[in-house]
Amino acid sequence: MQHVSAVREPLVTGGKTYHDVTVDVCRQVEAKPNVRWMAALSVALFFLGIFLYSVYRTLWYGIGEWGLNKTVGWAWDITNFVWWVGIGHAGTLISAVLLLFRQKWRSSINRAAEAMTIFAVICAAMFPVLHMGRPWLAYWVFPLQNTFGSLWANFNSPLLWDVFAISTYFTVSLVFWYTGLVPDFATIRDRAKGPIAKVAYSLLSMGWTGSAKHWSRYETVSLILAGVSTPLVLSVHTIVSMDFATSVVPGWHTTIFPPYFVAGAIFSGFAMVLTLMLITRVVFKLEDYITIEHIALMNKIMMITGSIVGVAYITEFFIAWYSQVEFEQYAFINRATGPYWWAYASMMTCNVITPQLVWIRKVRYSIPLTFILSIIVNIGMWFERFVIIVTSLHRDYLPSSWAMFSPTRIDIGIYVGTLGLFFTLFLLFAKFFPVINMAEVKTILKYTVDNGPTYTGVDPHAHAIHHESTTHGVPANAPVNYNKHD
Amino acid sequence: MTKRFALGIFEDEDVLLHAVENIRGAGVKIYEVFTPFPIHGMDDAMGIERSRLPIAAFFYGMTGLAFALWLQIYTLGFDWPMIIGGKPHIALPAFIPVSFELTVFFCCHGMVITFYTISKLYPRWKTPVLDVRSTDDKFVVAIELNENSDLNGLAKLLRENGASEVNEKEMTKN
Repeated sequence: MQHVSAVREPLVTGGKTYHDVTVDVCRQVEAKPNVRWMAALSVALFFLGIFLYSVYRTLWYGIGEWGLNKTVGWAWDITNFVWWVGIGHAGTLISAVLLLFRQKWRSSINRAAEAMTIFAVICAAMFPVLHMGRPWLAYWVFPLQNTFGSLWANFNSPLLWDVFAISTYFTVSLVFWYTGLVPDFATIRDRAKGPIAKVAYSLLSMGWTGSAKHWSRYETVSLILAGVSTPLVLSVHTIVSMDFATSVVPGWHTTIFPPYFVAGAIFSGFAMVLTLMLITRVVFKLEDYITIEHIALMNKIMMITGSIVGVAYITEFFIAWYSQVEFEQYAFINRATGPYWWAYASMMTCNVITPQLVWIRKVRYSIPLTFILSIIVNIGMWFERFVIIVTSLHRDYLPSSWAMFSPTRIDIGIYVGTLGLFFTLFLLFAKFFPVINMAEVKTILKYTVDNGPTYTGVDPHAHAIHHESTTHGVPANAPVNYNKHD
Repeated sequence: MTKRFALGIFEDEDVLLHAVENIRGAGVKIYEVFTPFPIHGMDDAMGIERSRLPIAAFFYGMTGLAFALWLQIYTLGFDWPMIIGGKPHIALPAFIPVSFELTVFFCCHGMVITFYTISKLYPRWKTPVLDVRSTDDKFVVAIELNENSDLNGLAKLLRENGASEVNEKEMTKN
């Protein structure tokens, strides 16, 4: 198992027992929806309505409803696509990469973060599909031999790579998330009182009983899924960045795009995880599971990835000058001082300066400041994509084709609409699914310092024989500074 | 078919782990152990062999890779060759992303489907469990009983090894 340091802050506070974990997490699943949840859902549904209206306008009247023109043929749609996919990446990072690195603190946030991944990818997928203009022909992206001539999909195109990357990423994240949910659905099923809940959670739990054999396989499956999801998540944003990097547009044709995009994705994703967690922990009273330590740790990851992004911005600028390519140089000068300077300035302020505030301990441990910071980072990351896409396209090789882009109401409607879609899905998830992985939190419960002396699942005097043993487990009444290797 | 079980209920996973070792050491066959979360060391204690799912996952992945390469080379290289950007018909470096993605796709889904199939996990209307607390905070050792079983002996063995209660339960399995 793991080494427990005496100085490390506890992962779960409040001296919880196994049963407490079950009760705390199942509480909002079993309770009637509260007013705050209903209010939040109404707001989300209102924005979902805006989304549906904007989609209707786009489909009925065509892409002309958007602010695109012949010079800027890609704008908010792809900006939002990259933004949403990026947000999704933090969930996979938490569930897969941190699992491989044995970061136990991930246990209480991985479920919600993975849900965020899935919902964010759903929102992201809306944009390329709507931009097709005729989404009912979306299946043409798949390599099906079409009946209009024996023409296949072009596997040399990064846009087709995207199709494969996003489909794989979405489905793999979905099964990873679902497989993790199965044992928790079983817990809810076994507690369920109402007939509908009994049947619903029985169906969802796939007949899980928690037998040793199943757990053994479950752990193997989780580990392998984590192992393949790790390169997968890196590949997804790498491929997204190749949509740009393999082109010849000044400002896009850069070899640092893949790592730069991946870092940016994790950066924005952690900001979104923080936004969601700060709300979730308060609304569902889960402060003992998502502690201030969790927030500080996520802040640190945000700071590191934010710094990588900052270095990438500066590198881009330097390389543009160093390359001595006139067009590249102009692209970057135009970004910083051209008509979209305000977008560039917002990006630089939000993404380069704000994460550096996290070096200050007080900021990292402050809930209101973290909340504001996380929102600012998400705004900044949206501007980053806007800057990369629009400022590169609007003035490239041929000055006679230069143009400006401004969004229409429908552009804005679809964007804020996907926020509505996202929060609708997240709120439904938070109400009907366990937001914290109960089984996984229970595995770490005994090994968090706070619970060492307080959690006594067993009467220490009843089975004295076991306390002599050092091979298996820590006795429930072990001293606080007990260090354990297995 | 109705089966009868003696259920030893444990409160702590470390006590349980020892109990499982001792009970199996005493020559009693454990039908199954039900726990609310995975317990490290349980595989050894229960004598569960290492899962071969990773091997299966590897072969699923290889299948995906082979399929991806075949698909791209066959369609673009042989079935309908096109000149795209002046590149060769079979431009292997450009095939890397899709090959990787399909490898992962086949590997994950193949393994997960295998996992649910061999574990006989599928949606059902009702799920019978021996003790509902085993998905909450109790650890349950189930020992199958037959006509010759010595229930008192088993209860004693379970209690000696730290079971807080011992129950008898019947379950109909189809």
